[in-house]
Amino acid sequence: MFGFSRAESIAFVVMLALIAVSPFVLYPVFLMRVLCAALFACAFNLMIGYVGLLSFGHAAFFGMGSYVAAWTMKFWGLDASVAIVLGGLTGAALGLVLGFLAIRRSGIYFAMITLALAQMVYFFCLEAPFTGGEDGIQQVPRGYLFGLIDLSNDMTMYWVTAAIFIGGFLLVHRIIHSPFGQVLKGIRENEPRATSLGYRTDDYKLIAFVLSCMIAGVAGGTKALVFGIATLTDVNSATSGEVVLTTLLGGLGTVFGPAAGALVVTSMENYLAQFGAWVTVTQGVIFMICVLAFRRGIIGELGAFFKISL
Amino acid sequence: MTDDTILETEGLTREFGGFLAVDGVSLRVATGNIHALIGPNGAGKTTCFNLLTSFLPPTRGKITFKGRDITGMKPAMVARLGLIRSFQISAVFPHLTALENVRLALQRVRGASFDFWRSDRTLKVFDDRARELLFDVGLSGFAETVVADLSYGLKRALEIATTLALDPEMMLLDEPTAGMAHGDVDRIVDLIKRIRKGRTILMVEHNLSVVEGLCDRITVLTRGKVLAEGDYATVSKNPEVIAAYLGTVDA
Repeated sequence: MFGFSRAESIAFVVMLALIAVSPFVLYPVFLMRVLCAALFACAFNLMIGYVGLLSFGHAAFFGMGSYVAAWTMKFWGLDASVAIVLGGLTGAALGLVLGFLAIRRSGIYFAMITLALAQMVYFFCLEAPFTGGEDGIQQVPRGYLFGLIDLSNDMTMYWVTAAIFIGGFLLVHRIIHSPFGQVLKGIRENEPRATSLGYRTDDYKLIAFVLSCMIAGVAGGTKALVFGIATLTDVNSATSGEVVLTTLLGGLGTVFGPAAGALVVTSMENYLAQFGAWVTVTQGVIFMICVLAFRRGIIGELGAFFKISL
Repeated sequence: MTDDTILETEGLTREFGGFLAVDGVSLRVATGNIHALIGPNGAGKTTCFNLLTSFLPPTRGKITFKGRDITGMKPAMVARLGLIRSFQISAVFPHLTALENVRLALQRVRGASFDFWRSDRTLKVFDDRARELLFDVGLSGFAETVVADLSYGLKRALEIATTLALDPEMMLLDEPTAGMAHGDVDRIVDLIKRIRKGRTILMVEHNLSVVEGLCDRITVLTRGKVLAEGDYATVSKNPEVIAAYLGTVDA
């Protein structure tokens, strides 16, 4: 199914089961935060894990998706589904422009250019009137999905979020396991060779970047819908950094890593929140342990241990 | 003469900050030949390759392939015209299997693979051809092996299989036998003999016995310039060539 290997199918079923059971055990709003972060990390992983490009400005796409979805829901009264699609399109459009500028470089230069461009987006959001500046866009009504399903109930909202996450997850998986994804892996492995075989590698990288930004935008839009708020935090460089941490911790270039990483990072933020600044310190320490002791990340190490690819 | 010339350069020059790596090279490769480019280290052979395949833009000069001016064209476009290169350091996709490596080249005939919504099972149609190619280069037992685990010689063979997958009219091989053990060298030489039919090959090669056995025509480069050109017998007797390789013998 969906081109999963056997190990991946089992892991996928486990993940579905966890998604189905957990809202009866844990607080759904917390779980929705995990799912949004997981989808965002999946989008980011598409670039770093399968194209080999580290984007240090992915919050720009997440945040702009979030703003656009929040704004259109609140002021135009758009349906949640349309608002989220618009969030995704915003991410894609912004990704096309910024990606066009950044994609010509690779490695650290690519990371620095994306960071710089994302900082410009942050500044724009700080100054532009429609974002509400420091206040952000607050009290966004969830409304009715397709005009029918009342989203004000957290459990209903949870299932919708879960469906969006699974949809995005499967899309990323399909992209990776497509003829297009095969060329991306070739570019990651040896770009000059891919060029010498006649592939215009810049085109492939740009399309992958736009897709990744689109999914990031969807994740941002969903987040705005769930929490009814879009703020500067969403476009902040700290959010860009966090998605890097999430993906690294879960496992770069693994299918399930970003989701696992999102669960760990969001749990830390949630349950350590009472200790204030200690969250960042703990995150820093975990990041160092990850880099020193298990570089393949949680899922990467598990996969290596069982000699399977997850 | 022009009719059976597949690749021609006129006054090809490349400067690196005032240093002339390739200096006015005019080269003519006849269709169907195996043409060798030899010369001491730093003679500009690899730079020549980079220029011919547009991996580097020339400072001056003109390159014509199949009667078409390809100077300044994008490298991917040059490849699509049927001029495919290999690299000095083995150019493989290390974390893909041997089969996937070859298939990535075969996949090119689909045109651009921008279809991210389709399953990669659509690529299975190329598997048979990929296995044939792997068989041709003696890699049939390694189709499912991750390439990083292959020996150096096998990687070079795989690289040739990948290049062949595009069925190029002309192949540029950059030191196909460099750093190989004897048995591997013989295998690659046999392979090149087998694949030469219907193709033109331009190769950089240091191993002169390989050049002697394979090549119809030889161009000797030193310090970016053409020193001599001819068949092996002529070139190997040229005193300037001997001097360039062994140093001057007078005094």
